[in-house]
Amino acid sequence: MAATAATTARAPGTGGRAGTLARAVALRLSMIVAFIVVWQLVTSVIDSFFFPTVTEIAGSFWDIWVAGPEAGQNLSGQFVPSLLRLLGGLGLAAVAGIAGGVAIGRSRTVREYVEPLTEFLRAIPPPALIPLFLVLLGIGDSMKVLMIAFGVVWPILLNTIDGVQSVEQLYLDTGRVYGVTRSERLMRIVLPAAAPKIFAGLRVSLSIAVILMVISEMVATTNGLGFQIIQAQRSFKVLDMWAGIVLLGVLGYLLNTALLAVEGRVLHWHHRTSRRA
Amino acid sequence: MTDTLLQVDQLTHTYDPDGANPYTAIADLGFTVDRGQFVALVGPSGCGKSTLLRCLAGLQRPSGGSVSIDGAVVDDVPKQLALVFQDYNRSLFPWLTVHDNVDFPLRHLGLDAGERDQRITRSLEQVGLTAHGTKFPWQLSGGMQQRVAIARALAYEPAILLMDEPFASVDAQTRAELEDLLLDVWRQSRSTVLFVTHDIDESVYLADRILVLSGSPGTVIADLDVPLGRPRDQIETKQQEAFVHLRAEVARLIQHAKTGERDRTNQPAR
Repeated sequence: MAATAATTARAPGTGGRAGTLARAVALRLSMIVAFIVVWQLVTSVIDSFFFPTVTEIAGSFWDIWVAGPEAGQNLSGQFVPSLLRLLGGLGLAAVAGIAGGVAIGRSRTVREYVEPLTEFLRAIPPPALIPLFLVLLGIGDSMKVLMIAFGVVWPILLNTIDGVQSVEQLYLDTGRVYGVTRSERLMRIVLPAAAPKIFAGLRVSLSIAVILMVISEMVATTNGLGFQIIQAQRSFKVLDMWAGIVLLGVLGYLLNTALLAVEGRVLHWHHRTSRRA
Repeated sequence: MTDTLLQVDQLTHTYDPDGANPYTAIADLGFTVDRGQFVALVGPSGCGKSTLLRCLAGLQRPSGGSVSIDGAVVDDVPKQLALVFQDYNRSLFPWLTVHDNVDFPLRHLGLDAGERDQRITRSLEQVGLTAHGTKFPWQLSGGMQQRVAIARALAYEPAILLMDEPFASVDAQTRAELEDLLLDVWRQSRSTVLFVTHDIDESVYLADRILVLSGSPGTVIADLDVPLGRPRDQIETKQQEAFVHLRAEVARLIQHAKTGERDRTNQPAR
C-alpha cells in the first residue's frame, strides 16, 4: 500500500526530483562559496601571518600537491604513506571487528562475559597507547597501522555484535524451515541482516581512523600528512601547513563519500525500506 | 485413495517444564491428514496453534508424542514441508529480489539451474507475479508480498504446506482474493494443506475438514467434514445453508472452548 502511494507521489515528476536534487546541491555549494568568500575578505583585511588568504592557500596547495616541481614527490612521499596506513588500519579493524563480532554475537553468554572487557578497552583513548606501541613496535608503519586498528575496531565490533544479535527471529526460522545449514546461515541471513549496523560502525570508524592517522604521524615518523603538517608548523611555513590541512579535509571527505557510495550499493534495500517506514 | 500423509500422535509440549511457571501449550493432541486434503485448524486465541505448527515444522522439539510424515517420525526440520508465516513482512528477505526470495530454498535441494529456473517461473506464474520477479518485496503491497511467500513455498514443492494465519494481516478484499488464489493453486498442485486461522468463515470456505482446538492446553475437540462442493465461490458458497450451519457450529464449539477455559482459570487453585 505504502509502496503504491510512494510511486504515485513520485509519478508527477522525475524532473521534480532532479530539481530538488539540483537545489540541494546548489544550497551546499553556495555555503562553501560563502565560506571561502568570507575567509578571503576577513584574511585580506586582518592580514595575519597565521591565517593566509584563500588564494595564497590555494596557490600553495596547488604548488605542493598538484603541479609544483615537487608535487609528485610530495604525493608519493607524504600522501601515499598516510593513505596506506589509514586503509591498512581500517581494513585490519574491519576484518577483526566483523569476525570477532560475529563470533561473540552468536552467543548471548559469550557476549555477557566479553562486554565489560570491550567496554573498558574501548574507553582507553588510543593515543594514550602510542608510548606502549612505540616501545613494542618501534616507529615503523606497523605501529601506526596497529594503533589505528586498535582505535577504530570498537565501533565495528560492537555494532556487529549488536547487528548479529538483533537479526529477526523470523528470518532465522524461515531459513531453518527451508533447510539452510548453520554455515550458510551466516552468509545468507545473518550478515545481510546485520549489514546496516556494520556499515554504521564502519562510518564512525572511518572518521576516527583519519584522526588517529594524523596523531600517530605527528608523534614519531619521518613522512606522512601529519608529519608534513607538524614539520611545516615547526619551520614557520604556515602556507605549507595549511596546504596539508586542506588536503586532509579533502581526503576525509573523499573517503567518506566513497564509503557512502559502497554502502548505498550494498544497502540500497535498507535505505528504501527504512525511508518508507 | 485415502492415504495418511501426516500423523500427529499424543503431541504434548510444556514450556519451561522444570521452571517456576511451567506452561503446557498443547496436550495429548492427535489427528491425521490425508494426502491431498485441505485441513483447517481453528481455535480460541492461546490454544497453542503456534506451538503446534512449530512442532510440526521441526522448529520446536515437543516434550511428548510424535509427528510423522509419510510414516517417518520427524525429529529435525522435515524436507517435505514448507511454512507460510503470517508476518510476510519479516519472513521475506528484504535484501533479495522477488525472484531470489523464491529461489532461496531451492539452493538446498541440489537442483540443476534449469530445474530451478523452471520452478521459479512456474510458481511466480501461479501466484500472478511473473512481471514482478526483479522487484524487491518492499516495493510490493502486503497482499503481493504474501503471494511471494506462497510462491516461495510452492517452488519448494512440499508434500505438506503449513500456513500460519497467512491472511490475517491483509485487508478484507485482498484476503478474499488470496483465498481464491490459494484454492486455485491447491487444485493445480494437488498438495496437502494445513491451514491455521482465527477466522471461522475462512476455515469453512477453504477446507475439506476442520479441526477445532480447545483453549489452553490445546487439544482437538472436534473434527468436522465440510460438506461443500468445489469450486467454491466467495458469494455463492457463503450463501449455502451448509455453509451457514457449519460456521455456526464451529463458532459454538469455539465459544464453548473459551468458556470452558474461563471456568477452569476461575478456580482458585489448579
